[in-house]
Amino acid sequence: MTGLSSKPSYLRVAGIAKSFGDVAALKDVSLSVNEGEFVCFLGPSGCGKTTLLRVIAGLEPQDAGRIERGGRDISSLPAAQRDFGIVFQSYALFPNLTVAGNVAYGLSRRGLGRAGIAARVDELLDMVGLPGIGGRYPAQLSGGQQQRVALVRALAPAPGLLLLDEPLSALDARVRVRLRQQIKALQRRLGVTTIMVTHDQEEALTLADRIAVMNHGAIEQAGTPLEIYRRPASRFVADFVGVMNVLDATADGGTARVGARTLRLSDGTAQSGPVHLCIRPEDIVVRGVGAATVNAVSARIETLEFTGPFFRATLRLDGGDATLVADLSANDVSDLTLAAGQPITVVLPPDRLRLYPRET
Amino acid sequence: MRAIKSGKMLAAVFAAVFLIGGAGSVWAQAKTKVNVYTALEADQIKAYKDAFEKSYPDVEMAITRDSTGIVTAKLLAEKNNPQADVVWGVAATSLLVLDGEGMLEPYAPKGLDAVKPFFRDPRNPPYWVGMDVWAATLCFNTIEAAKKNIPKPESWEDLTKPVYKGQIVMPNPASSGTGFLDVSSWLQMMGDQKGWAFMDALHQNIGVYTHSGSKPCNLAASGEYVIGISFEYRASANKVKGAPIDLIFPKEGLGYDMEATAIIKGAKNMDGAKKLADWSVTKEANELYAKNFAVVALPGVGKPLEFVPADLEKRLVKNDFAWAAANREKILAEWNKRYNAKSEPKS
Amino acid sequence: MSAVAAAPARRSLDREAWIARAAIAALALALIVTVALPLYALLSRGLESKAGAFVGFANYAAYFATPGVGRAVVNSLVIALASTVVTVSVAFVFAYGLTRSRMPYKGVLKAVALAPLLAPSLLPGIALVYLFGKQGLLKSLMFGQEIYGPIGILLGEAFYCFPAAILILTTALSLSDQRLHDAAVSLGASRWRIFRTVTLPGARYGLISACFVVFTLAITDFGVPKVIGGWYDVLAIDVYKRVVGQQDFQKGAVVSALLLLPAVLAFTADSFVRRRQVALLSARSVAFMPRPERMRDGLLFVFCAVVALAILIVLLTAAGASFVKFWPYNLELWLGHYDFDNKDGGGWRAYYNSIEMALWTAACGTAIVFLGAYLSEKSNRFAAGRMAIRLLAVVPMAVPGLVLGLAYIFFFNDPANPLSVLYRTMAILVISTIVHFYTVAHLTAVTALKQMDPEFEAAGASLGVPWYTTFRRVTVPVAMPAILDISIYLFVSAMTTVSAVVFLYAPDTALASIAVLNMDDAGDIAPAAAMAMMIVYTSAAVRLLHWLGTRGLARRSQAWRGR
Ligand SMILES: Nc1ncnc2c1ncn2[C@@H]1O[C@H](COP(=O)(O)OP(=O)(O)O)[C@@H](O)[C@H]1O
Ligand SMILES: [Mg+2]
Repeated sequence: MTGLSSKPSYLRVAGIAKSFGDVAALKDVSLSVNEGEFVCFLGPSGCGKTTLLRVIAGLEPQDAGRIERGGRDISSLPAAQRDFGIVFQSYALFPNLTVAGNVAYGLSRRGLGRAGIAARVDELLDMVGLPGIGGRYPAQLSGGQQQRVALVRALAPAPGLLLLDEPLSALDARVRVRLRQQIKALQRRLGVTTIMVTHDQEEALTLADRIAVMNHGAIEQAGTPLEIYRRPASRFVADFVGVMNVLDATADGGTARVGARTLRLSDGTAQSGPVHLCIRPEDIVVRGVGAATVNAVSARIETLEFTGPFFRATLRLDGGDATLVADLSANDVSDLTLAAGQPITVVLPPDRLRLYPRET
Repeated sequence: MRAIKSGKMLAAVFAAVFLIGGAGSVWAQAKTKVNVYTALEADQIKAYKDAFEKSYPDVEMAITRDSTGIVTAKLLAEKNNPQADVVWGVAATSLLVLDGEGMLEPYAPKGLDAVKPFFRDPRNPPYWVGMDVWAATLCFNTIEAAKKNIPKPESWEDLTKPVYKGQIVMPNPASSGTGFLDVSSWLQMMGDQKGWAFMDALHQNIGVYTHSGSKPCNLAASGEYVIGISFEYRASANKVKGAPIDLIFPKEGLGYDMEATAIIKGAKNMDGAKKLADWSVTKEANELYAKNFAVVALPGVGKPLEFVPADLEKRLVKNDFAWAAANREKILAEWNKRYNAKSEPKS
Repeated sequence: MSAVAAAPARRSLDREAWIARAAIAALALALIVTVALPLYALLSRGLESKAGAFVGFANYAAYFATPGVGRAVVNSLVIALASTVVTVSVAFVFAYGLTRSRMPYKGVLKAVALAPLLAPSLLPGIALVYLFGKQGLLKSLMFGQEIYGPIGILLGEAFYCFPAAILILTTALSLSDQRLHDAAVSLGASRWRIFRTVTLPGARYGLISACFVVFTLAITDFGVPKVIGGWYDVLAIDVYKRVVGQQDFQKGAVVSALLLLPAVLAFTADSFVRRRQVALLSARSVAFMPRPERMRDGLLFVFCAVVALAILIVLLTAAGASFVKFWPYNLELWLGHYDFDNKDGGGWRAYYNSIEMALWTAACGTAIVFLGAYLSEKSNRFAAGRMAIRLLAVVPMAVPGLVLGLAYIFFFNDPANPLSVLYRTMAILVISTIVHFYTVAHLTAVTALKQMDPEFEAAGASLGVPWYTTFRRVTVPVAMPAILDISIYLFVSAMTTVSAVVFLYAPDTALASIAVLNMDDAGDIAPAAAMAMMIVYTSAAVRLLHWLGTRGLARRSQAWRGR
């Protein structure tokens, strides 16, 4: 993958395939994770994220492929020997054990002694801001507290890799944002290599050092959040991460035709044939636009919604053949006195246009 | 810690169970044990067993007792590896079934000569020897009969009268040896055609067919039905207990079966088995049988019993066990076709 | 982070996998030896002539040519279906009241609901005759109908099957997620809609299990129809007639094979439903706490009280019968019926044998059944072995006891079988009884296990803890109520069982339940009722002791259930 890291890769999976009956849950998945890195698996529900995580954890045997840790093949090692901590989507806290009992569960065979275990449990609970709840049962905790207990239980044996399966999905929005930061801080502090599964792109973009976007059992793209956002490798990634305008166009070397218009593409683009022409709403320029500016298109503002940080405008291109969504800053709107119903000329900068092949 | 506690508890339970089990299976092994399968009544067995063990102090009877059908089924199922040494007090018709499977060992017990001829298998040495006879008997509930104004029947033929509609219970010959005894004796007594015609008529009056030979008398005794076709031992026992029943011995004659003894081929304790077979034909044993049954194997031993006529032996029909055994399947199929396949009679 | 997984850990973990495989293999083998092979020994006779030659399906052809067979088949289906509908509907409402309402006296009501388990199957027969027979106390309630026939069978089967349905349904209904209910309520769903969309789907697996269990129990039971069936011919009675009446093992095997069909269906349905079942009790679940609601609680209480009363009347009738000198002509009270030593069936010795046998059955049976259910549901090793356990666990329910007993003779009394040393011992009574009652116990365990978070095992494994430790520290404590239910079920069933052990007991292992049968047969109905009541008292006492003894433990280990 993007092998620009100087650190050695901690985990490497290659050619993983896994089917449940006729359902191919994973198809030839390869990925490497560097030491200390925070990687997110992002994708729609049912795309195979959990399955990949469980294969890595050793909870699900893969049909084909290889898993290495630190260069050592661990493909057939059972879960318990992989030295990976897991936080399950359901948390799977043991309901009959207290919080302390849960956290200490993986510590009993480490020769810490009773006092050592108790000290470690206290230390861990302190770390996630839950001091003094060791005597309670899981059912007596809030969802956010349960989540953190599950997290420290997984961290207690000091695993080499932490695996999180949608750890925040069951929580309400505010708790989710707070815990998101707490997880990130904790991960930084401990430096533990982490893989987290999520279907929430915002979560992935804010938390991850690197994101692997998955679809239909395959990784479509792996890269830093910025790379994923700026240069989505496929139409699917472009659509799934962030908001994207998609126009049907026909490319011809350095230009593309959209309806009657011809748009310039960035230098070095050599695609031809039917394409999807994509641009992010915030990349659409409205300031300093003249009729002669490259890729200027005239349109009419259909709607203009105030969303807080910015305005979201729906633009209907002249000729009526397509609409675009543009995010405009409040300053743009007030300076240019924009309003719904007005005509407007916008620019689609060539270096912000992305092309994906289109099937006709 | 909790887990440890529950673990300890479980261990304690196991230990306790082992102790009980251990204590239960300690057995004094001084005597040789003879494995006896029997269908005799429990209260009879006690006296017989005591007497036998007194005569043969070195032999202990280990008794497996059950109803005739169960004992026979058990013996047949164990055919490949018989556990019984001797079958004792089981219906002669059942012994014929076992004999048909080649499971019996011929043996002439000491004192066989004194036994009435019809009480033994005619072959020499005999494969089985009879002990006593139980005969078909009607249990007639006098209280319920009076309530319903139902007259006392005198004969089998009487039972077909409309006045008894729905009041009679008899054992199903397909599930009960006593039931089969009734049917086969009617057929032998009346002949094929008249026999079936009689049963056709009787069927109209039957309240219910039971799955045991004792049950009809028990049902009459408790007033569920007025008349139960059963046998005299059960009838007397119920009457002694206080049931308001009269014993009726239909005048055409009584079907009967015999409690008999046979040795199982390959008995592990052949010696013990022979001792029991010997004892079974002694005068002492026959005197004990005679306390329960009017007709026993040795002549001159039987004595009249309360409720049972003194001439019971003369009232028995001629029962050809071999004929009954040979025709059993055919008879049951016919019976089944006529009475079982038919839907419930509306009374 | 430190590299913790070192070489020694690896060895112990390989051993862990090996232990799981060995345990699965051992249990599967045990079930093959105690279920599959004996049944094969019996059923293969259905393809043989009397002389033992292979005849293909000739016996089947002959059987179906018997007049009246069709009627017996139809009758069996009708009575089993009717019993299922009646028993499961009543049991569902009853279990719903026990688990989802705040009605009073729940403990007492549940104890009464399970009380029929304590009684030998002959007891309802005796009691129903005393109540509704021609001399019955409540004869007028029959409106001229006869108790001897389908009505009697239906009542008897309902009484006999009720506890099994209650066991499964309360387990299915008791673990429910408060959050689902809260969510439904907050969405403004009507009570009926909540019932349909939350309660029913949650209990669906239990409901289907209960239906199959009751149906199969009712279609294979011959105890009730034998006593009270009258003219109404059913297949189970046909087995009895063939085997006991005519010693025709070949045809007996044919009918037994027919009676196995429901089990095959049950297994198919079971694995079908299994695919759809989702775990209901995750760690995030909040235990359901019904809120008081006077109308609902009142109605449910009245309903449950009426059902409980009906059960009590049956038991009290039998209890009364055991003290009456000679029903119905001498109603003097008398204790002489308890003088068992002079009656048929082995006397008090048989009674103590029964207790010994029941203790063994409960101790060994619970351990085996729960471990088997756990391994078959939660392990991921040795799939073929787990499949075998699952299949063989549901077969015994469909095997009439009579057939099981005979099958055991054929198999265990074979001189070529090294296990023949077990024949005529206490051990074979215990084994046959565990097998006979395996299915209901297994289904109870499975229902409880299914309601646990499926990730418990994975969580334990990911923390480097062997499965058997997680089993002991988490699974067993969480499932403790179900485990206690299973052990009690096995104990009381062992006290009452007749049909299989009647073929297997030896002189020194005579049993009380068989004594009941034999005394009833000899017309000693009151002593039979007396011995049956001794069994009831004993089982009730053990139940009470069990409850008292484990209450402290249960209270501590189940503290987490509350909030
Ligand atoms: N145990 C299983 N049995 C059968 N199918 C499964 C199983 N686990 C997952 N699948 C299927 O595999 C696919 C991927 O599932 P999963 O990895 O859970 O997706 P995600 O976590 O991305 O939502 C889905 O189609 C799912 O239905
Ligand atoms: Mg998932």
